[in-house]
Amino acid sequence: MPVITYREAIRHALAEELARDPNVVVLGEEVAQFHGAYKVTEGLLEKFGPQRIVDTPISEAGFIGMGLGASMLGVRPVMELMFWSFYSVAFDQILNNAANVRYMSGGQIHCPIVIRGPANGGTNVGATHSHTPENVLASHPGVKVVVPATPADAKGLLKSAIRDNDPVFFLENTILYGLEGEVPDGDILIPLGLADVKRAGTDLTIVTYGRCVLHSLAAAELLQKEHDISVEVVDLRSIRPLDLDTVLASVAKTHRVLVVEEQKPFCGVGAQLAYMIQREAFDELDAPIARLCTVDAPAIYSPPVEIEQLPNPQRILNAALAVLA
Amino acid sequence: MSPTAASSVENKTDVPPARPSPSATAPANASLAPEAKIALLRTMLRIRRFEERSLRAYQAKKIGGFLHLYIGQEAVAVGCCSLMGKNDHVITAYRDHGHAIAVGMELNPLMAELYGKATGCSKGKGGSMHFFDPSRNYWGGHGIVGGQVPLGAGLAYGIKYQGLKGVAMAFMGDGAVNQGAVHEAYNLAALWQLPVVFVIENNGYSMGTSQARSSAGELAKRAEGYGMAWGVIDGHDLYAVRAGMDPFLRAAREESKPAVVEIRTYRYRGHSVADPDPPNSTYRTKAEIEEYRRAKDPIQVFQNSLLAEGVLTPALAEQIDTEARAEAEVSADFAEASPCPTVENLQQDVYWETDHPAERKSQGRLFFD
Ligand SMILES: Cc1ncc(C[n+]2csc(CCOP(=O)(O)OP(=O)(O)O)c2C)c(N)n1
Ligand SMILES: [Mg+2]
Repeated sequence: MPVITYREAIRHALAEELARDPNVVVLGEEVAQFHGAYKVTEGLLEKFGPQRIVDTPISEAGFIGMGLGASMLGVRPVMELMFWSFYSVAFDQILNNAANVRYMSGGQIHCPIVIRGPANGGTNVGATHSHTPENVLASHPGVKVVVPATPADAKGLLKSAIRDNDPVFFLENTILYGLEGEVPDGDILIPLGLADVKRAGTDLTIVTYGRCVLHSLAAAELLQKEHDISVEVVDLRSIRPLDLDTVLASVAKTHRVLVVEEQKPFCGVGAQLAYMIQREAFDELDAPIARLCTVDAPAIYSPPVEIEQLPNPQRILNAALAVLA
Repeated sequence: MSPTAASSVENKTDVPPARPSPSATAPANASLAPEAKIALLRTMLRIRRFEERSLRAYQAKKIGGFLHLYIGQEAVAVGCCSLMGKNDHVITAYRDHGHAIAVGMELNPLMAELYGKATGCSKGKGGSMHFFDPSRNYWGGHGIVGGQVPLGAGLAYGIKYQGLKGVAMAFMGDGAVNQGAVHEAYNLAALWQLPVVFVIENNGYSMGTSQARSSAGELAKRAEGYGMAWGVIDGHDLYAVRAGMDPFLRAAREESKPAVVEIRTYRYRGHSVADPDPPNSTYRTKAEIEEYRRAKDPIQVFQNSLLAEGVLTPALAEQIDTEARAEAEVSADFAEASPCPTVENLQQDVYWETDHPAERKSQGRLFFD
């Protein structure tokens, strides 16, 4: 199987969907001539031309709202936010308009848009550029939220997102763009809302998504080697729709749960998960459900401290040992 | 003095002949004492040497995140900020090192901030994009394009509300003018006649997008739609910046009149350090950059004028530059030797109440895990 980067996987998904459906249009700041701030869209302008790969001014509310409006007529805009952190200037378009138009029209209108871009900390870009809004987005019925951790997932999920008829918010990660992995050629489609067991285990379930999947796998490796503890890592991949069944099947095996997320704790994805797990599988649990999140403060700039503010393998390992104590 | 720090400024070959700037005798400049002129030159050189030193630190991986350099634009911040009075305030975007130095911040805490150290101006919490010094009426350093502009209108609102004679300068880039928040701020400022001057630092590009590819119409002229005064200033000539800005600042201070001013300038470096120079640039040529450096370098232009006026000698220029380089070097040593913040510092400076526990009035939990 070909080995490509997460960045290339996203690019391939875009290129394949652009080739497949003439209604697909890529819009965003610096996506065309500059090849993308993170070079995700490199080569697409040359291949598909300026009608389909469109550089926008720095007007997120304007171009996202515009893409949404065009989607009502059947255009399928895939819009890049240079950082998801900039969603806040387009909040009204994203969460008032995109999330509600279908409902308010009594189902007469649908909005097949994708908004994609990175949402992560860990590169010392400070509080304004490090937001992880998956919980904020997912708290709005009407939208879908996807956070891929691997190149294969990124490709398969993005292709599904572009074909989806609802607004899909696709949260990537600047640190993962260079990550390599095996990705099948051609038309792989991973359904939104299907979790993936990234590592099988028997003693503890770590439920996680995004870059924390990699940290959790690293911690699981150490726990196996140094503590003889077998950890199962469940990658949610999609936050809404959410695959609770895969989570519950794992809990039934391990009876202990640690939720790991690069989020602030308050009303995070893990809070919702912990509630559902205890409701559905209370009798399966041998310990309270634990969470490991980003330390509850705005993102610090200072590079060595930011590493400790975010989940990392050592923090996950400590949290796992605490659940098993 | 570091041998690697050579730059265009002291390259004396092929530069325009020394002549006084036509703006040297404008009212804003006519009364400047020779020492004050030398101080302006010194500030521009301190900015440039500080940034060159920070670039080397970045390349040595001493600095993380983004580094947006101001090199080439020095006359804008120094010219504007040199006109500040006691009740005047400044706010800008993420390309904020120049303004910080121009309002009088010391190099040590700035470099320490870039290094993420506890001795930094924001205790290592903000980084390059988020410099602040309220004691010098400097309100940052803001990372979201256009986000600082309504805050600038708010500073003006505060000035007016408190009955003070002052002005807020809200700086933004040529790309920022297309943010909705900017237009809302324009309208509020015009509607309520707030003492604010919106300063568009037009360096020709927003990242890799030229002005022509991002903005319809003339940038500052949009002020007309709101009934505000506007103007365009040559930002390569510090005297011209002062001469051009002064009437707008006075109108704001004295008559509470807002305005939009475009100052034409140029950045020599990539958008951030990650943006490659030509030939790998996707949007500009080496020749273009070289032409600005040769003919319009703001330090060179001002230096030439001062030489022609007889205010400056080549020896003094050399000395000022040597001192600026040395000061930048000291700031790097200071930053290097300073301690990092700790994990315990993470949850400080989040709430006023947790930083002043004795005066806390609210109840309940403020932090979660
Ligand atoms: C709302 C928002 N969108 C996008 C960005 C990413 N970004 C940072 S700087 C920049 C270009 C801004 O250009 P300009 O306003 O001309 O300022 P300059 O960098 O030239 O000083 C962009 C697109 C951002 N920080 N905030
Ligand atoms: Mg610009």
